[in-house]
Amino acid sequence: MLAAEALVLPGRLRGVSLNLRAGEVTAICGPNGAGKSSLLSCLAGLLAPTSGAVTLDDAPLAAMHPEARARALGYLPQTPEVAWDVSVETLASLGRLPWRTSAAEDAAAINAALEALDLPTFAHRPVSQLSGGERARALLARVLAGTPRWLLADEPLANLDLAHQLTLLGHLRACAEQGMGVVLVLHDLALAMNHADRVVVLDHGTLAADGPPELALAEPVLEQVWGVHARWLGEPGGRALAV
Amino acid sequence: MTRPITLLLAALALVLPLSLLAGRVWIDPTAPLGPEASLILAELRLPRALLAVLLGAGLGASGAAMQGYLRNPLADPGLFGIAPGAALGAVLSFWTGWASTGWALPAFALIGAAGAMFLLTLIAGRQGGVVLFTLAGMMIASLAGALMSLAISLSPTPFAMSEIVTWLMGALTDRSWREVWIAAPLTLAGIAVLQMAGRGLDALTLGEAAARSLGLDPRRLQLLLVLGVGLTVGGGVAVAGIVGFVGLMVPHFVRPFTDGRPSRLILPSALAGALLVLVADCLCRILPLAGGELRLGIALSLLGAPFFLHLLLRLRRELV
Repeated sequence: MLAAEALVLPGRLRGVSLNLRAGEVTAICGPNGAGKSSLLSCLAGLLAPTSGAVTLDDAPLAAMHPEARARALGYLPQTPEVAWDVSVETLASLGRLPWRTSAAEDAAAINAALEALDLPTFAHRPVSQLSGGERARALLARVLAGTPRWLLADEPLANLDLAHQLTLLGHLRACAEQGMGVVLVLHDLALAMNHADRVVVLDHGTLAADGPPELALAEPVLEQVWGVHARWLGEPGGRALAV
Repeated sequence: MTRPITLLLAALALVLPLSLLAGRVWIDPTAPLGPEASLILAELRLPRALLAVLLGAGLGASGAAMQGYLRNPLADPGLFGIAPGAALGAVLSFWTGWASTGWALPAFALIGAAGAMFLLTLIAGRQGGVVLFTLAGMMIASLAGALMSLAISLSPTPFAMSEIVTWLMGALTDRSWREVWIAAPLTLAGIAVLQMAGRGLDALTLGEAAARSLGLDPRRLQLLLVLGVGLTVGGGVAVAGIVGFVGLMVPHFVRPFTDGRPSRLILPSALAGALLVLVADCLCRILPLAGGELRLGIALSLLGAPFFLHLLLRLRRELV
């Protein structure tokens, strides 16, 4: 279990408490500046809250060795960067850095990650020659190659077209089904509504709603947090937002 | 990675003995060695060749590490202000007149390098951000440059001034085993430290946030880098003066033969740098030039500037 207890970050988070469960896809939603990315960074151990704590299976994250933390928590930043034009396989191999395992073990984990994301045919292709969708998958493969128990991704679906968003969500769902905890910052409320098991809504650094998407993203919440009159259309699993 | 290393080692093993034969006095490898020729080989050519190898290896390795750290193919070891710091130390040894006494010149240069390293880590603080660090390095470089100019303009004698200016051009002329014993431990230790930074540099390929999420300690990486670049570049400047562009050029020659990870670039860049400086120094020795020989620092800058321009033009094409 990944838990946040009364996290405070001046100007960004004002006492956020959460218990995240493995095997679920949790979406963190909220308007711009609500503190979504800050919360994700705290959960990943990258930002130290001024008060409160993040615990992983009851052990405080701040006390963990950075490499042990890195083996448990995979993090995909909002604007992923690849400084050198490495191949997809080499990119994925960077996910093995915290492990210090044998080359054979590393290769097995890298191949498994590439296969999970339908990338084996791209293994030797330079990152610069990938399309946006392929690149997003390659970046996710980098995280999965580290075989983390938790995947924390900051807007992994931004800049992807609808088909690629659905493909990537399918891969993320498969991760959750294998027992991984998947936590995504999502801007698209319909995607959160239809694909998350649980939605956490932040507003001005506080928790505005937390629960199943139908409840956490109910119309009164949208009005209160986003200030828009909106209606959900369609059936559960295939909802669309009419504004 | 092993293939470029093997090839470069083989090339170095071939070029090093050949370089010993070239110079104002050519040595015929087929003829028996006379006493004069063995003296030239043992006391002049061999230490000079080894010094070229050490200097090039240090600059190549630190260039590769710097480019990895700054995630920028245009980075050069000079950017951290460590080379200018070392040069300032050396200039002060001329200025005070101590340069002529034994070990003072390299000692002053190393103190200058250490001073720059200390300032750099002091200013950059605990967070270890790359931008702040680079700006601190640039500030130190320009401060050291200004102080050097001040020292030159206030130099006590025209003789000291000409010595300073000549020394700053960078050369391996008239160096002896003493310089080899200074440079060797510093350079080798520096390359080892840079190699230790390899994993961190690999992680940094993904940007600072992702690198930290992979367990990178940015402060440790920064210290390894300052120490490694300080030892290699400081040691190099202490024995040879300022030799630019090697650290910028060499990683570019090597990168296409590796998988692109910075850690895989450091050792091949060290070997390629050694080869480049060895060959360049040999050419300096051979080229007929009125009034002496071409200075190594000048020769490499003459090579380096067009290369840098070529890189810039390629970058401009990619940006269009």
